Amino acid sequence: MEKELRLMKGNEAVAEAAIRAGVDGYFGYPITPQTEIIEYLMEANPSQTTGMVVLQAESEIAAINMVYGGAACGKKVMTSSSSPGISLKQEGITYIAGAELPCLIVNVVRGGPGLGTIQPAQSDYFQSVKGGGHGDYHLIVLAPASVQEMADFVDLGFELAFKYRNPVLMLSDGAIGQMMEKVYLSPQKERSKVFPDWATTGKPATRERNIITSLDLDPNGQELFNRKLVAKYDKIREKEVRYEEFQCEDAEYLLVAYGTSARVCQKSVQLAREQGIRVGLLRPITLFPFPTKRINELADRVKGILSVEMSAGQMVEDVLLAANGKVPVWHFGRMGGIVTTPEEVIENLKSKIIGG
Amino acid sequence: MAEATGIKEIIKPENLVYKKTKLMTDNTLSYCPGCGHGTAHRILAEVIDEEGLQSQTIGVSPVGCSVLMYNYLDVDMQEAAHGRAPAVATAIKRLLPDKFVFTYQGDGDLAAIGTSETIHACNRGENILIIFINNGIYGMTGGQMAPTTLEGMKTSTSPYGRDVKTMGNPLKMTDIVATLPGTYYVTRQSVHTPANVRKTKKAIRKAVQYQKLDKGTCFVEIVSNCPSGWKMTPVQSNKWMEENMFPFYPLGDMKTPEE
Repeated sequence: MEKELRLMKGNEAVAEAAIRAGVDGYFGYPITPQTEIIEYLMEANPSQTTGMVVLQAESEIAAINMVYGGAACGKKVMTSSSSPGISLKQEGITYIAGAELPCLIVNVVRGGPGLGTIQPAQSDYFQSVKGGGHGDYHLIVLAPASVQEMADFVDLGFELAFKYRNPVLMLSDGAIGQMMEKVYLSPQKERSKVFPDWATTGKPATRERNIITSLDLDPNGQELFNRKLVAKYDKIREKEVRYEEFQCEDAEYLLVAYGTSARVCQKSVQLAREQGIRVGLLRPITLFPFPTKRINELADRVKGILSVEMSAGQMVEDVLLAANGKVPVWHFGRMGGIVTTPEEVIENLKSKIIGG
Repeated sequence: MAEATGIKEIIKPENLVYKKTKLMTDNTLSYCPGCGHGTAHRILAEVIDEEGLQSQTIGVSPVGCSVLMYNYLDVDMQEAAHGRAPAVATAIKRLLPDKFVFTYQGDGDLAAIGTSETIHACNRGENILIIFINNGIYGMTGGQMAPTTLEGMKTSTSPYGRDVKTMGNPLKMTDIVATLPGTYYVTRQSVHTPANVRKTKKAIRKAVQYQKLDKGTCFVEIVSNCPSGWKMTPVQSNKWMEENMFPFYPLGDMKTPEE
């Protein structure tokens, strides 16, 4: 079947892609700038077509715990929110990671801290990549840079979530969630009728009972489990790194940026080259696992790296670790809901790295 | 010798009126001697077995003394975060509507940290069974004041007795959920005497059967003792419960389908 071409907002694309991906359940709570996701789903009413459950929960906390319950039944379930709401979900997210359940969480990031602003930002990198909730765990973090990727990463997210029994976070932002672009949508998939063997679906006489928990009161047992998680995360680091390079072949200077900032930096590369400065862009698509190895390789060839993120400087810490002292690494980014301009990136590249 | 004779007497077929519950595992219960949890577990396991629902059941255990309930019941179970069991159960039932879904929660879990999840699951009329163990105290963490702690009752965080002026009033959560249109059957029982055990089993059986009708949430409160938390012997605690808990939390049905 051919893909269907539509003009949609990123948020709407996520919702439509979820229906088409054969998602079993969506549990959400309204918050700007991502409310279109639940509105779209309620209007599309997929319970009448695919049988997908769409439920508006009483809180973000309830919504993520509904995801826990559904995921533990082996179902394809998801939630979405924006930064303050994602903070509320952190307890549920660490339980989901601890119980090794697959699910998709979408964060359409707005500026913080606190209630912050409803405008786009990228200041939830630490929360997404370094933990957010308590305990040693990682989410697989996908960073879309277009409406198309917001749609595509629904399918990819569930594929990775079930492959590794691990929650996947789609880290978008208010710009990509709200902007309209053309998007090719996949044909409708059927909802899966097969349950994973670990799922709680009612114990038949043919198997032992299934238990979903993140509790082990025996420290030796808990450490063994922690080691198992570490091995899983190492495998993910080895197998699932995704990134895109833009004019890096002959680059003297490297920009590293994801999401909306990567879109801006693509223009910066073009403008810089018009001025005779050979700049390239590496766009991480997965933020965990991070393209550490590739950035380290590129650090051998460039004179300096500018990490561009709409934050006070979060991803720059991972870029620094990746460059490992080979070349100077700086951060630049606007905050508070302001989107960086391509010219500002070039100015900062010049002042911080080229002239520095 | 006398003891051996006693056992021989006990195992005579006419004396074997009590047997191991089929759906209880062989794991040693983590509950204190004299606590009501074990009896409540057994009743639930018996009803699930007698109704032929083992393969249809998904249970949700809470944070609290019964956090390890999944070790004791031979059914599929999920362990929820503190207070969130009704939200977890909501999704299970919505995604697997033909299954029997229950939560088993203590008073701190259900009536303090999980107040929102409890009220909203009941208000939506989720077709789940909520079993609420009310012993007026946080047992697992060692006897702190719970939302259900009685006025004047001493706990480790109300060492001079619960002063309702500064510590708030005991919360009658079951009375609240009985007022919600989403609940179908709401009752308060106990398991401290054989007669009450029989009544509670009857109530849980009714609740399990009502679940098949898809008419709303069934809510069974079991007022229970906590000998360790109350710092009493099991016998003393049952007496104290009758004299102090039952006047404030009277036993009986609060909402029944068709009278």
